[in-house]
Amino acid sequence: MRGAPALFGLLALALWEAAVRLLGVPVYVLPGPIAIVQAFAADPVGLLESLTSTLFVTFAALAMAAVLGGAMAVAMSASRLAQAAIQPWAVALQVTPLPAIAPLIIIWVGQPFLALVVCATIVAFFPLFASTASGLASAPPELNDLFHLYGARRWQTMRLLRLPAALPYFLTGLRISGGLALVGAVVAELVAGSGGFASGLAYRILEASFRLEIPRMFAALVLLALAGILLNYGLGAIGQAILRRRGGV
Amino acid sequence: MLTVSNVGRIFPGGVEALRDTSLRLDESDFIALLGPSGCGKSTLLRLIAGLDQPTSGRMLWDGRPPAPGDIGFVFQDATLLPWSTAEDNVFLPLRLRGVSRSEAMPMVHAALHRVGLTGFETARPRALSGGMRMRVSIARALVTRPRLLLMDEPFAALDEFTRHKLQADLLDVWREAGCTVVFVTHSIYEAAFLARRVVLMTPRPGKIAREMTSALQPAAETRLDPAYAAFVAEISRAMQAALA
Ligand SMILES: Nc1ncnc2c1ncn2[C@@H]1O[C@H](COP(=O)(O)OP(=O)(O)O)[C@@H](O)[C@H]1O
Ligand SMILES: [Mg+2]
Repeated sequence: MRGAPALFGLLALALWEAAVRLLGVPVYVLPGPIAIVQAFAADPVGLLESLTSTLFVTFAALAMAAVLGGAMAVAMSASRLAQAAIQPWAVALQVTPLPAIAPLIIIWVGQPFLALVVCATIVAFFPLFASTASGLASAPPELNDLFHLYGARRWQTMRLLRLPAALPYFLTGLRISGGLALVGAVVAELVAGSGGFASGLAYRILEASFRLEIPRMFAALVLLALAGILLNYGLGAIGQAILRRRGGV
Repeated sequence: MLTVSNVGRIFPGGVEALRDTSLRLDESDFIALLGPSGCGKSTLLRLIAGLDQPTSGRMLWDGRPPAPGDIGFVFQDATLLPWSTAEDNVFLPLRLRGVSRSEAMPMVHAALHRVGLTGFETARPRALSGGMRMRVSIARALVTRPRLLLMDEPFAALDEFTRHKLQADLLDVWREAGCTVVFVTHSIYEAAFLARRVVLMTPRPGKIAREMTSALQPAAETRLDPAYAAFVAEISRAMQAALA
């Protein structure tokens, strides 16, 4: 049973290869898996370096989003004024499509790596912010009454009730934002193009498509997909481990 | 201890949850607030706790008004912090008052012992049964040595065997602790078994219909006493008359 996904994957790959060969699909339209692996084997260092570069941007953006999203959610939960001030901007940021503002950011920030991180942060920010905010408000009203009854200070309610209640929500947000940070990094690299930080995976994809090196383009895409899957599972596992260590949700 | 004097509570939106309610709480009394759901029992309990304010009427405390820790509250759900151990949950009221952990632990363990949970100090709520969780919740309410213990249908979600055991244990705890208990319930049997005084409430608008005094022994054996069955019948008749 556990091997079923892998088996299914292998079968699909075999069918793909067979179809490409039997139907004589040209490699510049759709390469088979073997051609893609060969393209990767031709320049593993270059592709993996690009992957590292993109992941670097992703993790930096995820960290920024976690700090900013978490801090703003806490500020909002602690003060009505902060809530009124922050909420509309957070929503505005969320509904603005990244490709529309990325060129501006790249011009304003100047430093290419930083510009990419800012772009990816904008995409990754909202799920972290929104889920942390709802987590901070998730404690049942009876528990809030209880804290009130015992004369709890606001910071005590925050530290002993709201923050711990928000932790699982924050971790869920982190997992969602991890994938989005990767998407944001790739989109920003695409917008920045060769004028930007010309070493990420998205740049390799662009470059390969200009040169019609379609198998190499697919190899970069596969790396990207694998990185996204690993990121998602990794963040999920980290979240589970943290909650297990704490002993209760 | 407390005189509730002609208290009314109308919620924003116009629901009149309580009208012209008067009630006296004496030291070391055990009162059951009994009535069908929606008759304002929880509203009255929250007013007594100071978690809500009356729209009309007054709450008059003898002597000084209650300070944090003078009132313990037990909800229908155990409302424990799921990420904290039984010990830390019971520690919470003291912690909020700035009592250090080492200073608090003897009191915490005494409270857990009193509800029969010695040996479960480091268990998380998830690992405890519903009845045990409720015991932790009661220990948490007792740890500050409250003068007044307010309980809002605390055993309503438990199975009958567990409920009987907790009811009997609650009587022991009450006698030992010597505090006043106001116990909200919609069960005539529970009110008759536990309370020294049964206060009948009727809905729309919520108000007190009648008060009855118990002549029963506050002890586990009472359940088998024919006088208990008679008291249950008496309350049932009074309830029917009040609702008619
Ligand atoms: N916060 C509130 N806002 C509006 N109506 C409320 C609120 N709390 C209770 N009520 C209403 O007041 C009435 C009495 O409620 P409650 O005191 O909870 O009854 P009980 O505990 O006896 O079941 C109900 O009709 C309920 O819907
Ligand atoms: Mg109620």
